[in-house]
Amino acid sequence: MRPFAYERAQDAAGAVAAAGDGARYLGGGTNLVDLMKLGVEAPSRLVDVARLPHAAIEETPGGGLRIGAAATMTEVANDPLVRERHPLLAEALLAGASRQLRNLATVGGNLLQRTRCSYFQDVTKPCNKRAAGTGCPAREGEHHNLAILGHSDACVATHPSDMAVALAAIEATVHVHGRDGERTVPVPGLHRLPGDDPSRDTVLESGDLITAIELPAPGPWSQRTVYRKVRERASFSFALVSVAAALDVEDGVVRDVRIALGGVAHVPWRAQRAEGALRGAPATEESFAAAADAELEGAEPLRDNAYKVPLARNVIVRTLLELC
Amino acid sequence: MDAEITLRVNGAEHRLAVDTRTTLLDLLRERLGLTGAKKGCDHGQCGSCTVLLDGRRANACLALAVAHDGADLVTVEGLADGDELHPLQAAFIERDAFQCGYCTPGQLCAGVALLEEAEAEGVELTADEIRERMSGNICRCGAYPNIVAAIADVAS
Repeated sequence: MRPFAYERAQDAAGAVAAAGDGARYLGGGTNLVDLMKLGVEAPSRLVDVARLPHAAIEETPGGGLRIGAAATMTEVANDPLVRERHPLLAEALLAGASRQLRNLATVGGNLLQRTRCSYFQDVTKPCNKRAAGTGCPAREGEHHNLAILGHSDACVATHPSDMAVALAAIEATVHVHGRDGERTVPVPGLHRLPGDDPSRDTVLESGDLITAIELPAPGPWSQRTVYRKVRERASFSFALVSVAAALDVEDGVVRDVRIALGGVAHVPWRAQRAEGALRGAPATEESFAAAADAELEGAEPLRDNAYKVPLARNVIVRTLLELC
Repeated sequence: MDAEITLRVNGAEHRLAVDTRTTLLDLLRERLGLTGAKKGCDHGQCGSCTVLLDGRRANACLALAVAHDGADLVTVEGLADGDELHPLQAAFIERDAFQCGYCTPGQLCAGVALLEEAEAEGVELTADEIRERMSGNICRCGAYPNIVAAIADVAS
């Protein structure tokens, strides 16, 4: 590992000021330290933001919640307010990683974790995300767990976070402190598709620090939710496909629905086509299947991950049926 | 680049100058001679480095020592009370919950934390619940059934 300077930030403004070229913010370190060991990341300075006074979980005036970015995954998953108002988020958090990792990992860092594409993590291999212009061996190589939606010639990686999938369904807002002050970024909208510049996972700029995640006030939809994750073993594995779903049905008709998919794209994939097909439709297996098909019509599976298309379809249908 | 840190490990205070690149795992094993916590994958995937960090289980391989200045650590060496084994250590022997033993220190620390978490969270520790909560600890010998049984023994 390349030598680096270490600095503990006292507040957000101090952290942003300290984060010059070659610096990285350190949260729990569960992804960054791993990438430093692999040689994928080689920062000259770490600015530790894990102990900033940004770990509180508080009610907002409108009945929503503001979660400090330095709160750990465990703290958020076990928080009574989160469990009461947005159980989908708690469920998604507990589906990710292991307890040991969740105790260290911050929710801010969770949003910014990098893909687990094996080529990205192996510095002896080409990878457009890690080294622009070197190529994407995953397209023709090992890609059984990579993207089926929204990928590009340059990159077929997936975003690994479960939490981000729940946040995309919940429509959270991320608070950012940057070099030009504070602003907010919506989720979905934080993460970006790879296009011809897969080096950028998100719309954030250099020096931007996530300080909080804000959740809206709960609605009828937010109490009927499921996070369903399919993986290669029962626990402690990244999603092949995951579905965060919320459903509000009245008199057998879908009044509101939210569906976000994980494990299928470079972003937590909000299934807007499926949602559009379902609003006002009868809450039946046939409607759910038609909506899932509408969403997956745009899928472009690779040689070895076409199984994800029927898998996603079936998980969407089963998850919505569970919520009826 | 070096930094001065203070750590409390199994009740003893240590003041150390550490390279900023040092993980808690390397510090425990190489500087303090506490080789109970094991280096398995060194990437947070196997759990054999699990220790209690400020009372919560954590992968010591991914925790930079400099970022945990002032922390209170308990390793497998600190679980017993003198010659008296921790109840979970005794249960592991009773249930033959290991074969080669390499993952056992991590399993024990994770299991001890799990028992405390379940009590704090009011969770009933069914076999499924134990398996899910122990999923961060891999055992390549496949001693899982007996590990689950040992934890269940102490839980009940």
